[in-house]
Amino acid sequence: MDRTTQYYAAQGFEKPYRWAYNDTAPFAALDRPLSEMTLGLASTAATYHRGELEPRRVVPLSNDSLPDSLYADDLAWDKQATHLDDRRSFFPIEVLQELASQRIIGAVGPRSYLLPTEYSQRKTNTEDGPILLDHCREDGIDAMLLVPL
Amino acid sequence: MSLISRLLEHEEIPTVIVGSARSIVEHCGVARFLFTDFPLGNPFGIPYDRDMQESIVRQALDLLEQASEPKTTRVAPFDWGSDQSWRDNYMRVRDEDRETLRLMGEERRLRRIENKRGKT
Repeated sequence: MDRTTQYYAAQGFEKPYRWAYNDTAPFAALDRPLSEMTLGLASTAATYHRGELEPRRVVPLSNDSLPDSLYADDLAWDKQATHLDDRRSFFPIEVLQELASQRIIGAVGPRSYLLPTEYSQRKTNTEDGPILLDHCREDGIDAMLLVPL
Repeated sequence: MSLISRLLEHEEIPTVIVGSARSIVEHCGVARFLFTDFPLGNPFGIPYDRDMQESIVRQALDLLEQASEPKTTRVAPFDWGSDQSWRDNYMRVRDEDRETLRLMGEERRLRRIENKRGKT
């Protein structure tokens, strides 16, 4: 976090970003084995080359017709050291589907979810989060694998 | 994504995060976190390494099922390989880069102003 703060300070953004901090965390225990649960997958990537200032929104995607590529050029990840050409390196839906076929998990939900990374914690907490929660309930999601880039 | 995790856990949907920004995720405080010590961008491992990717998914599911208390972090037993230079390079501010970074910041601020004008 210190290095990120210094990096943006060097760009002239002198007011440092305040990451959310909490002493404690909520915890939902599993009420049955994973082999009986429907799992969802969420990522901070997008289906298109999203611009830095473009409006962002939660996008549910049918797992039956997922694109081969997802993008996140607008996000801060290590573009010198690696790339996003292999979707499975950050969005492993095929592995989850294989584990469902082996009954290690009960099922994979009908859709996956792309969530924007927002500067505004308020927007995440009061807009995007509740939208995702509605999608989870519509899709019968029992547990979620969350993957920030 | 850490805030999303907290919201879902509040609503009785268990979550596990797989990611490489350990300090940020742990600062926020989440129920279950599988830390993969890689450059940001490929939390399931080296591109096209299917065995590593499957193994990390399995470890995430084990953590989902086995964690008994919040703020449980496990570390995946993989590394990025012999070239560890990314650790030092990512977002490092070197004196010779300061002018470039200053110009990048100015450009970003200009784009934001133009974007706001376009909306009004």
